[in-house]
Amino acid sequence: MANFETPVLGEYQTIPEVHPDTMVNSKPFVAKPDIQAGVGFPGELAPGWENVAVKKLGDLVSQSRALQVFLDSCVKCGACTDKCHYYLGTSDPKNMPVARQDLLRSVYRRYYTFAGKFFPKLVGARDMTKDVLDEWYTYFHQCSQCRRCSVFCPYGIDTAEISMAARDVMDTVGLGQKYSNEIIGKVHKIGNNLGLPELALADTLAGLEEDVKDETGVDVKYPVDVNGAEVLVVTPSADFFAEPHIDGLIGYGKVFHQAGISWTLSSHASEAANFSMFIGSHDNLHRAAMRIREAALDLGVKRIVVGECGHAWRVAYSFWNTLIGPFDFLDQRYPIPQHICEFTYDLIQRGALTLDKSANDDRIVTFHDSCNVSRASRMGNTPGGQFMIPRAIIKASVNKFYDMAPETIHENTFCCGGGGGLLTDDLMELRVKGAQPRMQALKQVVDEYGVNHVAAICAICKSQFTKVLPYYKYPMDMVGSVHGLVSRAIQLGAKN
Amino acid sequence: MSAVTVIFTLLFYVATAVLVIGLARKIFIYARTPQPLKIPTTPAPTTRLGVAARMLREVTVFESLFKSNKWTWLFGWIFHFCLLVELIWHLRYFTEPVLVFLPWLQWFINFTGYGMVLGLLGLWGRRFLVDRVRYISSPSDHLMLALLIAIGASGLVMKYLVHTDVVALKAFFLGLMTFQWQPLPADPVLLIHLTLVATLMIIFPVSKLLHAPGVFFSPTLNQVDNPREKRWVAGWSAKIDNTKTAGS
Repeated sequence: MANFETPVLGEYQTIPEVHPDTMVNSKPFVAKPDIQAGVGFPGELAPGWENVAVKKLGDLVSQSRALQVFLDSCVKCGACTDKCHYYLGTSDPKNMPVARQDLLRSVYRRYYTFAGKFFPKLVGARDMTKDVLDEWYTYFHQCSQCRRCSVFCPYGIDTAEISMAARDVMDTVGLGQKYSNEIIGKVHKIGNNLGLPELALADTLAGLEEDVKDETGVDVKYPVDVNGAEVLVVTPSADFFAEPHIDGLIGYGKVFHQAGISWTLSSHASEAANFSMFIGSHDNLHRAAMRIREAALDLGVKRIVVGECGHAWRVAYSFWNTLIGPFDFLDQRYPIPQHICEFTYDLIQRGALTLDKSANDDRIVTFHDSCNVSRASRMGNTPGGQFMIPRAIIKASVNKFYDMAPETIHENTFCCGGGGGLLTDDLMELRVKGAQPRMQALKQVVDEYGVNHVAAICAICKSQFTKVLPYYKYPMDMVGSVHGLVSRAIQLGAKN
Repeated sequence: MSAVTVIFTLLFYVATAVLVIGLARKIFIYARTPQPLKIPTTPAPTTRLGVAARMLREVTVFESLFKSNKWTWLFGWIFHFCLLVELIWHLRYFTEPVLVFLPWLQWFINFTGYGMVLGLLGLWGRRFLVDRVRYISSPSDHLMLALLIAIGASGLVMKYLVHTDVVALKAFFLGLMTFQWQPLPADPVLLIHLTLVATLMIIFPVSKLLHAPGVFFSPTLNQVDNPREKRWVAGWSAKIDNTKTAGS
């Protein structure tokens, strides 16, 4: 399928020996100047860019306690070295979290610390050069910002923060990544990652209503831009057309239908994803998120519910109140924002949904915890609700559910290999190799319990699995939405 | 007063000043630098009390490190615990009368010197034996371990082999603290021990030893997980004013 070898799954996960430079040639396409302009960055390197980069780095550190502490505190204990899925899958030592951080830390030290200014060799400090910049571009695009390393670091050092900063510095000097920056530009211009215009969206949703009517005989609505609806649903645009994402969207509609709660999508805010987080750009992050505040106000909704998407949920749960709050115009009796899983779980708890588990009897299901949901957000009122609630929904919808090994789920979950702005075909080798630890854990439940379905609550995970599962000899349609399971189990019509 | 006394008197004033001012400066920078977004590594506590408990577990039993790697945890914990006991024990050279709880440590002190060196040797061994840790080690990482081991070893030598005049030593340090300078016993091992300790004090604020204050300021560990319940703003995010651009 490609000019690289797919890792061979063994009996259990092993920690590879260090093989320097195995991924030195993996880098995503560079953004052309017009794409850079769309997100407010220069199109190419200009003379003196080194000084601009160093100054930007200093600015970022002075504005972030996280960077300030993380860059000083690492003792090189090695706790993180075997925790990154990209290291485990590629054996390239620069994919060890500490080594990845050091690519940036070495430059920070050179210009901003006593030891690096006067004893650069001793502490491994480096000048900002083109070679260093190229190395940044290569390896900071081999980090999916999944935060797994931060779980295991004794100081909580989060490589995601450092990789976001590095990408921000690179963008600032004119070296941007095509995939992420093109997508962010589309959100600014049209409102979603796909560049799907208002009319096409309305058409798609009308078609969806017909399909569901044909299949169930029930008029389930998939409304868009309905003024005065109770709930605004903001979901990743992949839900509108991609498989298996769309089964999730169908499920949301059925849940709202049964709950009897009016809802609407918005053509202005037709995207929950916010790739600006991946490139560490605060301006873009705020600008893209603002569309949701604007849509909520324009439509006069009382609540906002967010669809199945990992990093979008992080942005929504952790950042929206900061970025686009305060939400004093919404109904304070509900969580703001609320995850679709929280919404559905609540209805199940109250007995408002009738679910026929046997509708999913052809499926033996496991659940893939998505990074940003697991390690950067929460659902429900108690820590860990983000693990319990999706599983409770699945268990209410299927008879056969098996978790993967404990060291690979919950906060220890392995990234799908495609998060953080890396879900692009120009990084296929990285994506396949980075998926290895997850595939290894999956193999165990496939072999042991006959698992044939992986449920996920992230648009990126779903797309990534669809693409990489075949490399590991699993069918691409093995992955599905949690609300796809709900959709099959839910009994429409009056409750009896 | 001997040259040795003068040199070490000056050295310890300088080392103390560098340590105190350098650390205070860094702590001030950490405290002053805003954290504009909520980034706790979840699952995270939802209350301040819960965060205090999380931090307490991190700094006393190294909870995250325990999850990561049992060997690093074992050696690291032994070293830090023994170092802590030794540091407290050494207060006997700086307090008169000695603090009431110091004698309680008497029993521990039989092991802590060895424990420190053993823990450090274990950590150093990993820098050679584990290829991943070898890869990430820079010269300063090795030197830091060498320095700490030398401090521990010179202390052990004085405790068990070449005793020094601890009464005179205590007089020297009490003299430093009250600016009534007293002679320092010119025992070679003691002078080595003290030189190394002063070196450690001086490099503390410009080295990775900053992890000690740093851990308390780490946002992934010390933030409360309550972004929906309480609007968080700081630094650039505090400048956001959405009332102007929305709702018109």
